[in-house]
Formats: sequence, C-alpha cells, structure tokens
Amino acid sequence: AGLVAMAGGARATTPEPDDWDVITQYNNYYEFGTGKDDPAEKAHRLTTEPWSVTIDGMVERPGAYGFDEIMQAMTMEERIYRFRCVEAWSMVVPWNGFELADLLDMAGVKEGAKYVAFETVLRPDEMPGVRFPVLDWPYVEGLRLDEAVHPLTIMATGIYDRPIPNQNGAPLRLVVPWKYGFKSIKSVVRITLTDTQPPTSWNTSNPREYGFYSNVNPEVDHPRWSQASERTIGGGFFAKRKPTLMFNGYESEVAALYEGMDLREHF
Amino acid sequence: MLRGVMRDRINGALRRVPAWPFYPLAALYPAWLFYRGLTGGLGVDPVKAMEHAMGEAALQLLVLGLAITPLRRFAGINLLKFRRALGLAAFFYVCVHLLVWLVLDVQIPAQIWADILKRPYITIGMAGFALLVPLAITSNNRSVRRLGPAGWRRLHRLTYAAAILGAVHFLMLVKGFQMEPILYLAAILALLGMRLAPKPQRKAA
Repeated sequence: AGLVAMAGGARATTPEPDDWDVITQYNNYYEFGTGKDDPAEKAHRLTTEPWSVTIDGMVERPGAYGFDEIMQAMTMEERIYRFRCVEAWSMVVPWNGFELADLLDMAGVKEGAKYVAFETVLRPDEMPGVRFPVLDWPYVEGLRLDEAVHPLTIMATGIYDRPIPNQNGAPLRLVVPWKYGFKSIKSVVRITLTDTQPPTSWNTSNPREYGFYSNVNPEVDHPRWSQASERTIGGGFFAKRKPTLMFNGYESEVAALYEGMDLREHF
Repeated sequence: MLRGVMRDRINGALRRVPAWPFYPLAALYPAWLFYRGLTGGLGVDPVKAMEHAMGEAALQLLVLGLAITPLRRFAGINLLKFRRALGLAAFFYVCVHLLVWLVLDVQIPAQIWADILKRPYITIGMAGFALLVPLAITSNNRSVRRLGPAGWRRLHRLTYAAAILGAVHFLMLVKGFQMEPILYLAAILALLGMRLAPKPQRKAA
C-alpha cells in the first residue's frame, strides 16, 4: 500500500507540501496552551523516550508496545496529505508513518470489535496547558473500525523525513486526512478496541458543535465557522480563500464508508 | 484614598503629560503590526495574528477607559484628560479589527453577511461596534457643548454595553474553557460594579 497504490484521482491532485516552518510553528495542541505558537514554544518539555503504546480491549495480544518495537515491525512510507482544521484553515503535510491497520494487526483485532479509542499522554509536569480545564484531560478520540483500518489512515512518526516534532504530536500520532484535524490525535499512549462508540474530547465538551465523525464537509456548517471555504496557512496577508473539498478531497476513497448515512445528522 | 501628598504629586506629574502624543502612537501600532506581518514577524498566519492583536488591544483600551472613573473616585488619581484618546484609539482598533476580518480573513462578501446574521459571536461583536460609532462621532468638544454635559454623559454610558459585548464576543469565539476572555469580562464587570458603590464622602476643607 502507500501513496503509489492510492486511487489515481487522489494522486493526480497530490498538493505541494507546505514549508517545515508553517507545519511546525502553527499548531493546536492545547496541552501546551491555546495559542497557535504555544506548542512550538513549550512542547520541548515533553519527554518522548522511552515511549510505549498500550493496545488493549478487544485484541488477541493486549499489552504495552514499545516505540522501537513498533517501528521495527512497520513499513514506513511518505504520505502527502491535506490537513484541514475545523477552524477553517488548512495546510499540506508530508507525513512519514505507517498504516494504522498494520499496527492493529500487530495486536490482533478480535471478532466483534467495532470502534477504536485513542488517548493522548497526560503529564501535568511537562504540559503547562493542562493546568486549565480547557477540555476534560486526557484528550481522547475515536474512530469506527472500518475508518481506522482504511488505507488512508496512518500513524505518523515523521515530517519531511525527520522525527515528528513534539508540537506536532511526537513520537507518534494518528492522521485521518478526510476528517477535521482534531480527530488526528497526538502523542498516543493508548489504543483500545471496543464494541461501543467511545467518547471523544471535543464532542464531550460541545456536542452541538463537534460530532463523533467530524468528516470535512463543506455542506454541513459549523455554528461558528463556515466550512464552505478555507484559508491556507503560510500565504501571508493576501492569500485567497479556496473552496473546501468534500471529505477534504478524499471523497473517491472514503465516501463508501458513509453510504446510506445522513451526514447532517452524523456530522 | 491615597495619602494626600502622594496623590497630589501623582496628579501634578500627570498634568504635565500631554494627551496628544497618544493619538499618533495609537495609530502607529497597527501600521507596525502590518509591517511585521509583511516581513514575517507575525508568524505563518499574519491575518489572524493582526485580527486578534487589534481586538485584544481594543478590549484593553476599553478596560483602561472604564478604570478612569473608579481611579478618580477611590484613589483620587485624575486621568480624565486621557479618556477621549483611549476611547478613540479603542474605536480605531475595532475598525481595523473589523477591516482585517472583512478584507483579509473572510474575503467573500456573501459570506460576510451570512456570518453576521447567523453566527451569534459575530452578531454580538458587530453590535458592540455599532454602539461605539455614535460615541466616536461625539468624542469632541463641540458635541459635548451641543449635547450638554449631562446628555453627553448619558450617551457615553453606551461604552458600558459596548465593552461587555466586546468581552462576550471574545468569550464566545474561543474553543473550550479558556481563562483570558473570562478575565476581561470579569475586569469590565468589576469596573462597572464599582460605579454602583456609594461615592466616598468628601471631607470639608
């Protein structure tokens, strides 16, 4: 699998990645503060070695999987993805990583599992932002199993072939390119397979504004930000807005996952 | 109330500070921000950086403006001659904030109207701006004379509502539970609350 194996449509429109500075100096990672430059300033305090990910719940081989152990077992590849925030800005990131499906295979998903829950590390000593109850810490996210094993869904460990910077979710984070950025949970320490829909942080904090699915959809409005168009970051004062694409431009790959669903209801 | 000698010394020093340099200084701030945005000094998203900086500066000036009456009443410090400059600068920053939002951020005129009508935090922000317009227009000696001091003061109590609307606008636009807008709103409500307290008795000379 990989970029080359992706549907022709997506490959033809693979966009030009943004500069390293754009990607690493403009982040939402509220555990380090709510300002866009807080993470770049403060995330160096996070220790990412050693690191392990606990994979538990409905799996054959539950346990703590060390970062190095995971890296040795996985096939690394580059994926250039559009990244669209629910705040209506966007950038393009050349991730390095592996398919989440391969990691789930490592633990062996049991029959009957329907959802995957994720949890971000919570270290008050290293994360100054968690002193404030901006959200109910730790940050949690979730996907339906078929979304999680979709070939576009990856765990990223790098950007531009360099280890992923702390402010971008080191040492490994989820990337689901057809959903709003907050679904792509950072610095993952736990992955739990369940048969019930797991709680997700933004949905818990404000269910009217943030749904479980949070698929990029220009036709379903957010109460505060119009999702019809987006601002590209890094273009300076006079960058033109551009229209937002259905499923962030990955419609041909992922629309089938939601066949027969009312996307206004399941937003 | 501050001790008399100290208070008189502070007020004496303040009398020698002219208010006029405040106007060019206030005008320079957005120009400087814009220059820094053009040259990369505002980070990778200069539009939001400038939009937020102008909004916050306007709120800060409104808070300062609201502090002048309680400072005079409870501490005897007289900053009254700076109040007009503070108010006009706040209005100017709100205008720049609005312009950056209209021209550089939203860009699409159809969406601007939709946003104003549909999104409560923008409706509230616009209402705050609308309240400031008659205040800016009447911030001159001629208007004070025409309206009479009592009428002018009554009109300018709209500042109270405008400041509250500005802070609520900020509170509504942040994601999750954040302290900063709460602190602005608390400061504004506290400064307004102090006006309800009975005036301290003046001792006979």
